[in-house]
Amino acid sequence: MAEHAIQVQGVTKVFSGRTVLDSIRLDVNEGETLVILGGSGSGKSTLLRLMIGNESIDGGDIFIGHAGKSIRTMKQGELNEYRKSLGVLFQSGALFNSMSVADNVALPLREHTDLPEETIEIMVKIKLELVGLREHSEKMPSQLSGGMKKRAGLARAIALDPRILFYDEPSAGLDPVTSAEIDQLIIDLNRKLGVTSVVVTHEMDSAFRIADRMVLLDRGKFVVSGTPEELRDSVDPLVRQFVHGLTEGPLTDRRRAGGYEVDLLGDGV
Amino acid sequence: MFLLRPITAIGARALGLLEFVGGVGYLLADTAGTVRRGLIAKRGRRMGWLSLWAQMVRVGVRSIPIVMLVLFCIGAILSLQMSPILKTYGAQSQVARIIAVATFRELGPLVSAIVLTGFAGASIAAEIGTMVVSEEVEALEAQAINPIRFLVLPRVLATAVMMVCVAVVGDLLGVAGGLFVSHAFLGLSSEQYVRLTFEAPKVRDFVTGLIKAGVFGTLISALACYLGLGVTGGAQGVGVATTRTVVLTIVALITVDLMFTGVFYYFGW
Repeated sequence: MAEHAIQVQGVTKVFSGRTVLDSIRLDVNEGETLVILGGSGSGKSTLLRLMIGNESIDGGDIFIGHAGKSIRTMKQGELNEYRKSLGVLFQSGALFNSMSVADNVALPLREHTDLPEETIEIMVKIKLELVGLREHSEKMPSQLSGGMKKRAGLARAIALDPRILFYDEPSAGLDPVTSAEIDQLIIDLNRKLGVTSVVVTHEMDSAFRIADRMVLLDRGKFVVSGTPEELRDSVDPLVRQFVHGLTEGPLTDRRRAGGYEVDLLGDGV
Repeated sequence: MFLLRPITAIGARALGLLEFVGGVGYLLADTAGTVRRGLIAKRGRRMGWLSLWAQMVRVGVRSIPIVMLVLFCIGAILSLQMSPILKTYGAQSQVARIIAVATFRELGPLVSAIVLTGFAGASIAAEIGTMVVSEEVEALEAQAINPIRFLVLPRVLATAVMMVCVAVVGDLLGVAGGLFVSHAFLGLSSEQYVRLTFEAPKVRDFVTGLIKAGVFGTLISALACYLGLGVTGGAQGVGVATTRTVVLTIVALITVDLMFTGVFYYFGW
């Protein structure tokens, strides 16, 4: 039985009356790469935000680590300690635009460690080399391409050698080659650093490349959870449609059943 | 029901105003709570002083030429407006005293603050708003870096300090404007003007003006940070926040100025 890095137990999140996540249960095992799949607006990014403590939980709870600390009852100090043990790659990279790439990566080290500046410089170089950006360290974020921004964001996310890495849509908006490179980085980091990875995405190619385990989120609920093979071979119509990107299936039927005729022609039809 | 509607509307407005004022107050209290950690941390490398300095340059230096021009003109205008009235009483030399009191107590701090609202307030709101939109603020939180300490504190302190400095410059230029006109067009000797100027305002006038300036500076940056952090909805949201910052800050400045003047009047300062 694998140790749990994170246990999500019956978590519910409501945004202005709309239930975005509905009693979600999810265990993230230590050392695995878990991919959370889902269409736009399925609540997958919200789930990620809840897991890093950036959003308050409306129902249920999330427990962290072996000790199973509840994220809801954590004090600010405890929450910060937890956050120092994780790295997050945001969708846009979320680099600080006023700082160079090297300063971006150095920021968590300067803020949270007592290391001398020379050591920090060396560590920054190591992290940037890991993502292949060492020669771009003095550039400003605005001078970087989309893929480079993500890699720089990744270097910053691993600055403090996190135990858990979260990725929000790592390959969104990237060309196939860059996207594959990012995927390879995720796999490498998982192996080299032995971190637990949680990846939120809707790109199936990328998901199949990196995942040890996958879950599919739809309208705030999990539809299925399993290995990539299990999902690929699933006979569930919804899973099949999402995984294989089909135009016919329950996801599109739902959209069609939205009362288009009534909306167009009125009730008298 | 019909009669109730305006009352409900007024109530909703009042609640909104209360929430806004409370929010800004809460932000300021939070900011005050981070002063120790932000500036007197165990090492100078915590970026506290460095980013404070950068903000002071940005807020203060660029706005000084404009403040100088505006207050010079105001001094000149006052001098021209006052002299015909004073002439009828045969007290034309009193123009120096009037300008000194008006500038030191009121116009120096207030007009400088309004200029600074356009310079610092708008740019702080736009900058922080953009950071919210590009997930930078969220990234700070995810890295266990308090955005209040990291972003708000240096801006509030820098604006408060620079506001006092700018007001001193403004005060001097107001007097200079009055002196120029009185000397060139109204035939007052400059020695007499200077003597009357520094005779008239007691140190108290000058100091109450500077206290006000400090409060104005805090108000400008607190409102800008509050509205910037509250941005939702992308680039348009940033634009809305910037406009609201300028409008609301000017209203707030005048209101607070009235309150101060009332208090000073009551205590006879």
